[in-house]
Amino acid sequence: MDCGIHAREWIAPAFCQWFVKEIVQSYKTSVDLQTMLQNLDFYVTPVINVDGYMYSWTDNSTRRWRKSRSSPPAGSGCYGVDLNRNFNANWGTVGVSFESCSDIYCGTGPGSEPEARAVMDFIGEMSEKVLCFLTIHSAGQLILLPYGHPQIKAPNYEELVSVGEAAAAQMKKLHGMTYRVGTSPQILYPNSGSSRDWARLSGIPFSYTFELRDTGEFSHLLPEEQIQPACEEAYAGALSIISYVHDKSFRNSTVPNGDSSRFSPRAVLVTLLCSCLSVSITVG
Amino acid sequence: MQCYLMIIVETEGSEEEVMETTGELNPNHYPAQRAANAARHYVNTRYGSPYKVFMLHKVHSGNAEDVANGRKYQLEISFQEMLSNNTYKGSAEVLYPREGPGSPEVKVSCAELEAYHKTQEEEALYQKLKTSVSMLSAQELPDSHGRIEPDMEPLWSLGIVASSFIMLKESTEDTLYNMAQVGSVTQVFTETVELKFDYLVLLHDMVSQEIIRWKLQFGWSPLGGVKVQQMEKIPHRHT
Repeated sequence: MDCGIHAREWIAPAFCQWFVKEIVQSYKTSVDLQTMLQNLDFYVTPVINVDGYMYSWTDNSTRRWRKSRSSPPAGSGCYGVDLNRNFNANWGTVGVSFESCSDIYCGTGPGSEPEARAVMDFIGEMSEKVLCFLTIHSAGQLILLPYGHPQIKAPNYEELVSVGEAAAAQMKKLHGMTYRVGTSPQILYPNSGSSRDWARLSGIPFSYTFELRDTGEFSHLLPEEQIQPACEEAYAGALSIISYVHDKSFRNSTVPNGDSSRFSPRAVLVTLLCSCLSVSITVG
Repeated sequence: MQCYLMIIVETEGSEEEVMETTGELNPNHYPAQRAANAARHYVNTRYGSPYKVFMLHKVHSGNAEDVANGRKYQLEISFQEMLSNNTYKGSAEVLYPREGPGSPEVKVSCAELEAYHKTQEEEALYQKLKTSVSMLSAQELPDSHGRIEPDMEPLWSLGIVASSFIMLKESTEDTLYNMAQVGSVTQVFTETVELKFDYLVLLHDMVSQEIIRWKLQFGWSPLGGVKVQQMEKIPHRHT
């Protein structure tokens, strides 16, 4: 699960922290969670775009920053790359700008940015073993499936839709919020180079973007009293997808420590990765 | 040297796989949603006030067609008023001009919306600002943490209504605007019946993800609504 690709989307890093808290606290009392943690490892990066996120906390004038803070290319005065256009997934084909001052500037090449590079290198090493990839953003209240290119369709599109719709239904139960489900070109806009698309192209079967609250009233400046409900519904949605993905692979495992699964159980491990440790960033 | 493999999957021609932009529209897809958002801006320009701001609640159905002078969208749509949470269902027509810059022409028919009358709160706010000795001013609504002082909320709402004139004017099939923030508001002394304000507003376009700044000067009174006098786009500051 990656959070905080876009600096101003503060609810995303908040949700990653909430997610970890929920897992760690509920694990003792939830048999389902115990089973899942028996069979799966969870990797959570609370803030991928550390530089951008810190910059957005500087003062009121920086609050709405979106991109990373990489140095301007030669001849330009503008910092930063839209990291969610920089991944090696149909890079530079649609929904991007090649102007460095644009908020959807895709960088000088796929994976040119250390933050995107770090994710691709780390997950790339183990991609055949990864079942699910979630990337968390705001706003819009959407669950986006691959791909961002309007003419490319994932082979498991129908399944992605039904799992996404099930997640949206779970989310709505909590606080009545509607989340629309679809590909980015259907319900939002075409785009390329996203982490979600890269994950799916790498073979990870379930890859989704969560666009959390709200739908335009406050957008990225979500008020404090909405943080917890937004996190609660996002957790319900994430868990719905994760449970489905888990059950699909580990159908025969019904009890913790049970030996009936044909997949060898993995050690229970929840690894919390701090982006500041795992990503080496040169600050311009 | 990097090589890319692009796989294009041929769809089987079933309707839901093809991105429909003309004819019957999927109400949850972006073409209908963007047109509905333009209709929402129109509704706010006509019926909005410091205590009445309309958000898009749901698009029920939509249809788009090419016509002589542009692209016409017909929508069944529900709006939701932000403070009361009341929903209003109606139909909207949005005509985007074919050539050149130009705001879309919007028509909305919704009987409940048309039953507009000024409220007590609007009158009270008007009196308070009309008779106050000092001119009101405020910054950053909401602030970086999404906070708005309760007595500043009407000024925030008024900012959304006034911004709707700009957002409507700027709307195309390739934009989706929301007001991200009121940068600043200053009440301007005037002897006219209506109150007068200078606003700096920050608009967010979902499609380009850009934040665009506009300066606005407008008048407001409970009976007259918002009347924009000046609007000016501020060039992007590069950082």
